[in-house]
Amino acid sequence: MTAQEVRLCGLLLQEHFGDVVENVGTHLIRNGVLTLRALAHETKLALDLVKKSLCVLVQHGMCTFGPGRRGPAGPVEYHINCEHILHMLRYPRYIYTAKSLYGDTGELIVEEILQRGQMTMSSTVKTVADRLTHNMPEGQSMDYNEVVSAFSRLVETHFLQRCPPMASAESSGTGSAETPPAVTQPSNPESHPDCYKLPYISLSGHGKRRRSSEDGEADQRAAKKAKTDSSECGDEGIHWQVNFERFHLHFRDQAIISAVSCKLDQTSGEIVRTMLRMSEVTTSANAAFTQALSANEIFRALPSNYNIARPILDQYLTLLVDDPMEFVGKAGDSGGGMFVVNLHRALANLARATLESVVQERFGSRSARIFRLLLRKRHLEQKQVEDFAMIPAKEAKEMLYTLLSENLVQLQEIPKTPDHAPSRTFYLYAVNQLPTARLLLQHCYKTVGNLIERRLYETKENKRLLEKSQRIEAILASLQATGAEATQLTEVEEMITAPERQQLESLRHHINKLDSGENQVDETIFLLESYINSTQASR
Amino acid sequence: MAGKGRGVAAFSFNIESLGLTRGSMPETQRGPAPLFPQIEYKPGPLKAGEDEDYMRALKQEMRGRMKDLPFNIKHHAGKGDVERYKEKYTREIKKLEDEDWTPDWNRLPKELKPQKSIKKKKRDLKKSVKISTKDKEEVLNKLDELEKKGDVKSDEEDEVKKEKKEDDEEGEEAEIEGDYDEEFEEDNDYIASYFEDGDDFGGGSDDNMDEATY
Repeated sequence: MTAQEVRLCGLLLQEHFGDVVENVGTHLIRNGVLTLRALAHETKLALDLVKKSLCVLVQHGMCTFGPGRRGPAGPVEYHINCEHILHMLRYPRYIYTAKSLYGDTGELIVEEILQRGQMTMSSTVKTVADRLTHNMPEGQSMDYNEVVSAFSRLVETHFLQRCPPMASAESSGTGSAETPPAVTQPSNPESHPDCYKLPYISLSGHGKRRRSSEDGEADQRAAKKAKTDSSECGDEGIHWQVNFERFHLHFRDQAIISAVSCKLDQTSGEIVRTMLRMSEVTTSANAAFTQALSANEIFRALPSNYNIARPILDQYLTLLVDDPMEFVGKAGDSGGGMFVVNLHRALANLARATLESVVQERFGSRSARIFRLLLRKRHLEQKQVEDFAMIPAKEAKEMLYTLLSENLVQLQEIPKTPDHAPSRTFYLYAVNQLPTARLLLQHCYKTVGNLIERRLYETKENKRLLEKSQRIEAILASLQATGAEATQLTEVEEMITAPERQQLESLRHHINKLDSGENQVDETIFLLESYINSTQASR
Repeated sequence: MAGKGRGVAAFSFNIESLGLTRGSMPETQRGPAPLFPQIEYKPGPLKAGEDEDYMRALKQEMRGRMKDLPFNIKHHAGKGDVERYKEKYTREIKKLEDEDWTPDWNRLPKELKPQKSIKKKKRDLKKSVKISTKDKEEVLNKLDELEKKGDVKSDEEDEVKKEKKEDDEEGEEAEIEGDYDEEFEEDNDYIASYFEDGDDFGGGSDDNMDEATY
């Protein structure tokens, strides 16, 4: 973990769970593994606050626990999962993807589960049905069965999965009554055979419209207890969580398809989309290419509204194979030709394009030319850089030294004599794609951390104005509910003066820009992370 | 070499062998770089579109809602010298929120479960009694299993689950009762201080009467 990642994790935990959980989480990140007592001691928080914080982190899958170094008899040790914390940056994208694929119902299912970490199917169905009913016109309500079917589809396509069950090993022996059983939480949900098996739940009815705020407290408590009592639907103890890996595969496929569409044309994109969809089930998550698909199979699987004739398909496949980006490779000649999608090479090319784009936008197009030259030629002397790039010597040296000082370019000395005399030593400049991608990834983490800090600063500076605005909006809402006159409403609205209104607009614009920036930097983070993980997996 | 005078290179080697000539060296940088240097290339604009706007709205909505969920843990509100009027209602709201989320304790380590020290002994007694009854029931059930069918087994398992849930509910109720007791204690303290003030006031009036007599 780098300092930038720790900082970003802390900011994300603070935003979503408050200062207490952020404190506990940051200490866990820095120390690696801690027991409950050690954690309470280091954070100087009350023990019950630390317990609650750990419950929250475990609930959201960001913290795992298990027996420590002393074996089952020792205290439970807690280990943080930074990857899951960083996924919080990507929550809007998961929700939006669920909406694109499965409509509003799928969107709300994924949103509710992301908010609560893990939920049973029955409580998810009820909550989502209630929310959908609340948005419907008066008199209509959402049937539970529709939500159940949407949930089933999400599970069948593996976007949702069961949480791994607790493996509580019951110890036997003389001291079994006093020794607590060893509690271990398996970290890999796929190892459980029932991971994607839907339980049968006896759940029927409709979503309930939310009550008005005039209900008394006793009624609310009674209603909540009633919910608790009637919640037995046959799936107790079976919790479901979002399968981030599956979403990431989908994002990767979308990136490859859009890259092919930009490089060649829309039809090529559709062909690659078809190939990826066909091999969705047979290709493992870390594979470098998909299963081989014959041209015959591809032709049959193409969407019918595209009307691609067979000879045209063959020409497109030839074009894709011959393209220097190598999105598609040829694996054989049977069945009209066997083709694969080169996943790892596609990711490497996308990462390379990202690196080139960053250099171009930060240092100018001529520096980008030098950078691309080094990427292609691998090792060049300074004189060669000037000649090949066709840039004057003085300017080329300056640009090269700037890239070198930014660690985007590396320098390698190769002496001809043992004394490293400068006159008899080669100085070779090179760009290594993987470490450069890692460097840029850390820059992205720092960028997102800066954006979040800036947003918090803007909010803090304008806190008084925001609170005033909220109060006035609340007053307006209550007045409208009681049916006040237009004059009265106008009078309340004017409590916010024109300069204050301008300031609020400006603040909203700034915060929107910062939030959009975070979302879009995360796309770069995802691409670089995918490339780095793919490279590690292929070694 | 310095003695050779002007015009001769200061290096101890011929720099032209490195491919450098006198006019091709960049200018020397004077002093450290400024903290916020002038940006030569402005960053490009953010992507704008319906997708981006929708995802931004989702982000803001998610962040706002998670602040109100029970997973957002707050510090203990320390009791100041003066108890403000609004804290009374804030505490009530907190209790409502705390009731919202009860984790599935089967999936968490036992040490994370909150425990009330006052109620420990009573619960232990109850638990021991129940355990003994459960043991007896288990023995009886094992005997019955030899005689009955599988359907009956599933029914009994459901009953056991219900009993466990009832135990959890009783625990929750006990916790709630504990909270109420604390409130009553606070009220008692207030009443006691009121009486003390009354005593002081009575003493003062007696002194005044004595002086008047003189």
